[in-house]
Amino acid sequence: MNQAQPVPKPASLAVTNAVFIGRSIRHSLRNVESLMMAIMLPVMLMLLFTYVFGGAIDPGGDYVNYVVPGIILLCAGFGSSSTAVDVATDMTNGIIDRFRTMPIRSLSIVTGHVAASLVRNLLATAIVIGVAWLVGFRPNASLAEWLGALGLIVLFILAFTWLFAAIGLVTGSPSAASGYGFMLLFLPYLSSAFVPTSSMPSWLQGFANHQPITPVIETIRGLLTGTPIGDYGWQAIGWSAAILVLALAWSAFSFRRRGGRR
Amino acid sequence: MTIHSIEIAGIRKKFGEQTVLDGIHLNVAKGSVLALLGPNGAGKTTLIHILSTLFPPDEGNARIEGHDVVTARDEVRRLISLTGQFAAVDEVLTGYENLIMMCRLSGLSAAQARAQTAELLKRFDLEGAAHKRVKAYSGGMRRRLDLAVSLVVRRPVLFLDEPTTGLDTVSRRTLWDMILQLKQQGMTILLTTQYLEEAELLADEIAVLNGGHIVASGTAAALKARVGSEVIELRSSSDEVIRTIPTDGSVQHVRHTLNEIAALYPADSTITLRKPSMDDVFVALTAPQQSKEASLA
Repeated sequence: MNQAQPVPKPASLAVTNAVFIGRSIRHSLRNVESLMMAIMLPVMLMLLFTYVFGGAIDPGGDYVNYVVPGIILLCAGFGSSSTAVDVATDMTNGIIDRFRTMPIRSLSIVTGHVAASLVRNLLATAIVIGVAWLVGFRPNASLAEWLGALGLIVLFILAFTWLFAAIGLVTGSPSAASGYGFMLLFLPYLSSAFVPTSSMPSWLQGFANHQPITPVIETIRGLLTGTPIGDYGWQAIGWSAAILVLALAWSAFSFRRRGGRR
Repeated sequence: MTIHSIEIAGIRKKFGEQTVLDGIHLNVAKGSVLALLGPNGAGKTTLIHILSTLFPPDEGNARIEGHDVVTARDEVRRLISLTGQFAAVDEVLTGYENLIMMCRLSGLSAAQARAQTAELLKRFDLEGAAHKRVKAYSGGMRRRLDLAVSLVVRRPVLFLDEPTTGLDTVSRRTLWDMILQLKQQGMTILLTTQYLEEAELLADEIAVLNGGHIVASGTAAALKARVGSEVIELRSSSDEVIRTIPTDGSVQHVRHTLNEIAALYPADSTITLRKPSMDDVFVALTAPQQSKEASLA
């Protein structure tokens, strides 16, 4: 059997990516705790912010329309942070040595995790919007505005997932990856996600207005509910694209530098 | 035409201050099995990792079928298959999914991948567990899957890093049979092991690695000859080995030795004359300097 077959040509990049994406999606589906978290978190946060905090923040009852973009980004942050753990776990397992000694582009193993994260987070986004609709969210966006918002959400998820992938590659252990990744998850709270930045102390406003989450939130909010976007649109795309490019380069660099060391 | 599948010339490797490999020279003939024998931390895995392109050596070079492992990495990767020290399979996936994945990554079409997977599951006696997740596999099943994964396409050179460490006797024998089959098919195999029995059974040649050097190499018989042609084994009345003494087996030397030791041990001690085992060789070659002199004296 084996002897009769000549060594086939190595797998193409497209096949390699497809195989690793399939692998990571299987991993996601079989990690029941994470999957439950990815589905339950958007539901719980949506209900929490609408019924528990919402009345205090905006007694008029219109808070749901304000808070949806924030919940989407908060869930996307949580969802993509598990990529750091997934990548770090792979890097500490013997299987990575086997992949690296095959004639394939082994960085695709990370691409697979990123693609799976995108799928998981888009699912979570759909759940947020679905639950939000049930509790009174009424966006007035046109189809083009919906697509624009979706495009920005995809760009944001990819940027942050690659950032978490890089963290997973440099930290070297799943628990360290989880710890460092956690710090990034506070960014949405220090933005205009849940309250306008004008309600914050002035020293905090400076940070909140000039960190990547605020422009992304304001742009999505503007596209979905018609609030003014202004310069936030370009800032949102600029921030996300810059993070994506840097995170990609950082990931590729640390993947190569790690070599066979474990 | 290369007669050596693996050629290693003057390889040195340091990790920080620690020199792990200190000038390794070694050749492995095409279609033969070489066992790299050595205690834990001797540098066996480091050498395997250099040969399988995971990281470059600090000095020296190595070629696989004539291709340099640093400058012709891509060619080398088409020729080798690595089975690492810890079963390098995906625990979350099933055995079937692992094999399909590796077949596809090795360039087989989806249909070829299914056919090859079915064949390998059968050959490695994993059909019953094909659709169970690897997490639920026993150590022996994992290792069999690991080996099967290494064989999804035919690669001429196979590296096996401690293939039977941690396995029970039955699984170990099964795995040995499978490795011997691969040898019969003409694969060049470099395996590392801590077990002399394993090296002796599987390998055409054995290289003993200790302290970053190859301290001895040759066939099992040649290595044993270095210790002496016979060994006098002295046992206590409770049948414990008290002492082993190499000898040439001549009446004169044996009598001389017995005269010397007779007074030192209880009168009810017994002796046996036997051929040296790989253990005697191993102890003699890898022991620190003083005790090496003692055991070779």
